[in-house]
Amino acid sequence: MSDQMASPSVAPRGLADPAARRELVSGFEATPGSGKPDPILVVDNIVRQFGGMTAVDVQHLEVQRGIITALIGPNGAGKTTFFNLITGFDKPTSAGKGAHWAFDGRTLDKTSASSVARAGMVRTFQLTKALSAMTVIENMMLGAQDQAGENLFKSMFRGTWRKQEREIEAKADELLARFKLHEKKDDYAGSLSGGQRKLLEMARALMSDPKMIMLDEPMAGVNPALTQSLLGHIQSLRDEGMTVLFVEHDMHVVRHISDWVAVMAEGRLVAEGPAESVMSDQAVIDAYLGAHHDTDLGDDALLSDETMEELAEQVAAEEAEREAEEEAEGLR
Amino acid sequence: MDTIQFILNGMMREALSPQTAAVAIAVIGLNIHFGFTGLINIGQSAFMLLGAYGFAISVWHGLPMVVGLALGFGAAFVFALILGAPTLKLRGDYLAIVTISAAEIIRYVGRSALLTDFTGSAQGIPGSQYRDPFTSLSFFGGGQFTLLPFNYTDVADGAAWVRIIGWVLVVACAVVLIQRLRRGHAFAGLGQAALMGALIIVGIFLLFFLFPVPNQRTGVNGWWVRFIAWGLVLLCTLVVYLLVRSPWGRLLRGIREDEDAIRSLGKNVFSIKMQALIIGGLFGALGGIVYVLPASVQPDSMGRSLTFFCYTALLLGGAATIFGPLLGSILFFAARIGIKYTAAAYVPDSIMNNQQTEQFSYIVVGVALMLIVIFRPQGILGNKRELRFNV
Repeated sequence: MSDQMASPSVAPRGLADPAARRELVSGFEATPGSGKPDPILVVDNIVRQFGGMTAVDVQHLEVQRGIITALIGPNGAGKTTFFNLITGFDKPTSAGKGAHWAFDGRTLDKTSASSVARAGMVRTFQLTKALSAMTVIENMMLGAQDQAGENLFKSMFRGTWRKQEREIEAKADELLARFKLHEKKDDYAGSLSGGQRKLLEMARALMSDPKMIMLDEPMAGVNPALTQSLLGHIQSLRDEGMTVLFVEHDMHVVRHISDWVAVMAEGRLVAEGPAESVMSDQAVIDAYLGAHHDTDLGDDALLSDETMEELAEQVAAEEAEREAEEEAEGLR
Repeated sequence: MDTIQFILNGMMREALSPQTAAVAIAVIGLNIHFGFTGLINIGQSAFMLLGAYGFAISVWHGLPMVVGLALGFGAAFVFALILGAPTLKLRGDYLAIVTISAAEIIRYVGRSALLTDFTGSAQGIPGSQYRDPFTSLSFFGGGQFTLLPFNYTDVADGAAWVRIIGWVLVVACAVVLIQRLRRGHAFAGLGQAALMGALIIVGIFLLFFLFPVPNQRTGVNGWWVRFIAWGLVLLCTLVVYLLVRSPWGRLLRGIREDEDAIRSLGKNVFSIKMQALIIGGLFGALGGIVYVLPASVQPDSMGRSLTFFCYTALLLGGAATIFGPLLGSILFFAARIGIKYTAAAYVPDSIMNNQQTEQFSYIVVGVALMLIVIFRPQGILGNKRELRFNV
């Protein structure tokens, strides 16, 4: 049953083979904003400020087609804001001032959230948006595109949409079976567990046959057993030729499934690289653990004045360096 | 017995009144806004008033009735566009604020002495100015006291036991009907639908014979207006049923649950919300036109309180249900008259005089609305499961 379901709906591009992916990825330059041979998403100069605070300031980012790219970063790094910006749920402050992003060759600078989804870039949400008072199957069927019955004038005449409705339901059934939600088909989505809602949201996004799926923290609040199956689903999507971009906190998850990792900190893109090597990047370690992470604050020896002074000096020196850097940038 | 019969007659007259039907049509529109799409429209009375003005003013000034209808609907259409364009992209509360203020603006413009030639200002437009083209369409003849070949006024006269048996049967019919409706799939299959239809027809006939309905005082061809008004209610119910079972209706409910989710699925939420606002508003305009047919166009009779009656009827019957608006409107108006007449009959004048019973009935209605929202938010026909997770 599941074997049959896993059969690809999109023509594979030969990226189901891990070796092929590793070879492809090894050709990428591991610097922030590096170019990719076949980018599906290109982002330039996106800035979002909330008052004086700059939440996102991404100069350039390319996402390679057909692989899993993880977007990681500590809390408050601007990952979700960045997601909102490129999917049209938020508008960059730099809109009209050089902000530019394109998906699959289509410019999205002034596109609404719904048109972005129709272009083939579908997202999920960090806090799941299952439509609680509707059944699981209704949730799924809402995901299908180009429904004749959604036209006000045709909707009253069942004949105009009955056939399409049946096709959509068949497709929804298939996806539900694949995500093991089929027994829940007629239950209200509000009665599902948190993890099942994540699955439902992912399945619903797939109803629209996206080219690229963007998952905002798909593993948050999901138990370990379900995490395994979620990871499996994400990988099988990639193997079918879909591009996946996902935000995640859990490093183990990231290391396990992502082919390429982009790291954000304080709104900027600080590093890019394959999962194995990007973790050892100094910028990433600093962003995640703080530059002084290897100092044991629980150690009583630290309480001596000498060490405290030493630390204070170090911090002051770093600060001065950072200020100088910022000034230099400002002059530029 | 006679007092009880008097009260029941009053309730029946109110329940069957064309104005109850008119409000039911407006509530059907409000159900699309509030029940299915989650749009908080607190200005449904303005849609009604615009429909009524469009119709009455044009017929009064000698235009044909069809043009009058078109103008009434056109006014509501434009009103919905103007209200929706700036507010539907914002959070729901803003639509509520804008609709209630816009409704008041429409009412005050209608009252304004500057427009006396058109709106008749606060006096309104008397029904006799615009009613004739409609009544002349009647095929009920004089239609004063007979419905078709039946003259029913004295069928159960005097015999108490006939009435009691009749009431028991009516109550039984109503209970069975409501239970079947609540269980859903009441009209699935030919047999089910036939049973439902038979129950409804038997119930209505019994009611007619049990409570002779005197003709309305206004020299209007009462049965013709009633017939058209309730026919339109059934037609509107059918249209809403067809609309909400479709993928379009599914979209509406999706928008009610979470707009952003629907947006992320590539649907144009703004356009769907605008369509819902317009459709509901057109139902409101139709309700307004029916509302003024047996009466007159008075801006003050279609103010805030009418909107709140609509909400009470909707919540009583059950928001987001097909028959909720119909049932809610009938129960609401019948119950109000029942309270009023009971208070007038049994409470001595020294405690509560006639004018106070009217006010008392509205107080009870207000308390009832609160109790419904607290203890039975899904209304009579509503689906509790649809609301349970909606915290």
